[in-house]
Amino acid sequence: MNIADLVNEKNTGLPPKNAPVDGKLRLEQVNLYYGSFRAVKDLSLDIDTCSITAIIGPSGCGKSSMLRLFNRMNDLIASARVEGLVEFDGVDIYQAGVDVVELRKRVGMVFQKPNPFPMSIYDNVAFGPRRHGIRNKRALDEIVEKSLVQAALWDEVKDKLDQSGLSISGGQQQRLCIARVLAVEPEVILMDEPCSALDPIATLKIEDLMRTLTSTYTIVIVTHNMQQAARVSDMTAFLMVDDDRSGTLVEYGATSEIFTNPKNQKTEDYITGRFG
Amino acid sequence: MSGSNIKSRYMTQKAAIALLATAVLLVVVPIILIIIYMIANGYSSLSWDFLTQAPAQAGKTGGILPAIIGTIYLMLGTIIFALPVGVTAGIYLSEYARNNWVTRLVNMAILNLAGVPSIVFGLFGLGVFVMTFNLGMSLIAASLTLASQALAMTITTSREAITAVPKEYREGSLAIGVSRWQTIRYVVLPQASPGILTGAILAMSRAAGETAPIIVVGAAFLVGGLPGSPFDRFMALPYHLYTVSAHIPGMPADIKWGVALVLIAMVLFFNILVTMVRFESRKR
Repeated sequence: MNIADLVNEKNTGLPPKNAPVDGKLRLEQVNLYYGSFRAVKDLSLDIDTCSITAIIGPSGCGKSSMLRLFNRMNDLIASARVEGLVEFDGVDIYQAGVDVVELRKRVGMVFQKPNPFPMSIYDNVAFGPRRHGIRNKRALDEIVEKSLVQAALWDEVKDKLDQSGLSISGGQQQRLCIARVLAVEPEVILMDEPCSALDPIATLKIEDLMRTLTSTYTIVIVTHNMQQAARVSDMTAFLMVDDDRSGTLVEYGATSEIFTNPKNQKTEDYITGRFG
Repeated sequence: MSGSNIKSRYMTQKAAIALLATAVLLVVVPIILIIIYMIANGYSSLSWDFLTQAPAQAGKTGGILPAIIGTIYLMLGTIIFALPVGVTAGIYLSEYARNNWVTRLVNMAILNLAGVPSIVFGLFGLGVFVMTFNLGMSLIAASLTLASQALAMTITTSREAITAVPKEYREGSLAIGVSRWQTIRYVVLPQASPGILTGAILAMSRAAGETAPIIVVGAAFLVGGLPGSPFDRFMALPYHLYTVSAHIPGMPADIKWGVALVLIAMVLFFNILVTMVRFESRKR
């Protein structure tokens, strides 16, 4: 099967949903520039379907920049430029003809600061499906309930769906944002330090949620918290700033290996808390 | 030593507060005086007939209904033209325009547009809307003229209100595969609408008070009846006020003040409306 066969008939430049390809996401020799500044360099890695991959590393090493490669969120920055190959289900997502809106439907993202829209809980979750053309009230009701159940928030909000999304706690808001992403049925969920604004209990709830979601979704999470990476992830990528201030991938491997038997001295120094 | 230091700081603080309070008084007192003076002098002319009848004897008797209606039409006409263009331009400038010299030039031009004297807009309207577009001296030509003048304000307030919407909302929407336009339409604009509306209503109340430009493009001192179509000539409160104050000998003073009072009341009404819109939107 070649790539042309994989591109679906809607001509989004993307492969059909859940295409049978080894490796959901793949980076090959990727460089990301902001103007003349190289933010990350020579990134190469493969991310498996239905796994959780943690990206760890000190502040400013390009973790978020790397994460935003996968849904082309860096496009929002006018000076950003990408070199190399970024693949989603085996298709280069930076090639001409790729529908970025369609890509982001399938590669959703949750942000550091919970950012529910200033509208009701129901409308927050229904926002994506509505914009994608679902008008039927019953269908929307079903999607909203299913997404909130999946995000482990249903029991807490089922009696106040018409209240503002901003009226619930920070941890609940973040799960609402996850539900909002789940409602458009993506295949990949990117999480950019989703727990850094939350207390430990809310954090644990999100981590439990990630473990349940991983049976259907591929999750990539950026985190500052090494315990979190150790707790939730299957694979860990350790990034560090190089001498020329660009982020580089120091080590990538199974989380159990990285945390118990790192191959690189820098990784060991970082995870044992000698710096960072 | 340290005691006197604290004491002098305390004095400085007192002096600063006194200065600020004086500044506030300097602003507030004249406004209150003007309003009291107008009410005291114009109150006696106000009556149901004054508000609901056409003027008679060159405005010395009768009412000012055609001028009130004319001013309301002008305000509506202004906003009908200025708001859509203003919002569209505001969206373009804040969401789509790249930060290059063309955009900077456009922003500079808008800034300067706000500083152009209103009579110049009157001449522009006469040349473009009355003559070139052949709309004649009419309500619609005057509305378009006032709308051109109001554009600077509607564009600026729309642009600022749109820019002020936090980027987290935009990202949250874009990140679930919602297109850029849908994001603007369903996330950004609802957030920005109180600010946009405030600008629009301020532009309207400014249009209500404009005198010079409308004289050139169609306002008349006396028109038989109310305007029946957008192509009719019309009366308006500020021009009526100008004429009864400056050009009609033997005009009773309370009529002049009465006209001014009605004009101020209308503008005030719209400004209160702005405050209420803001308040309502903050409650959400």
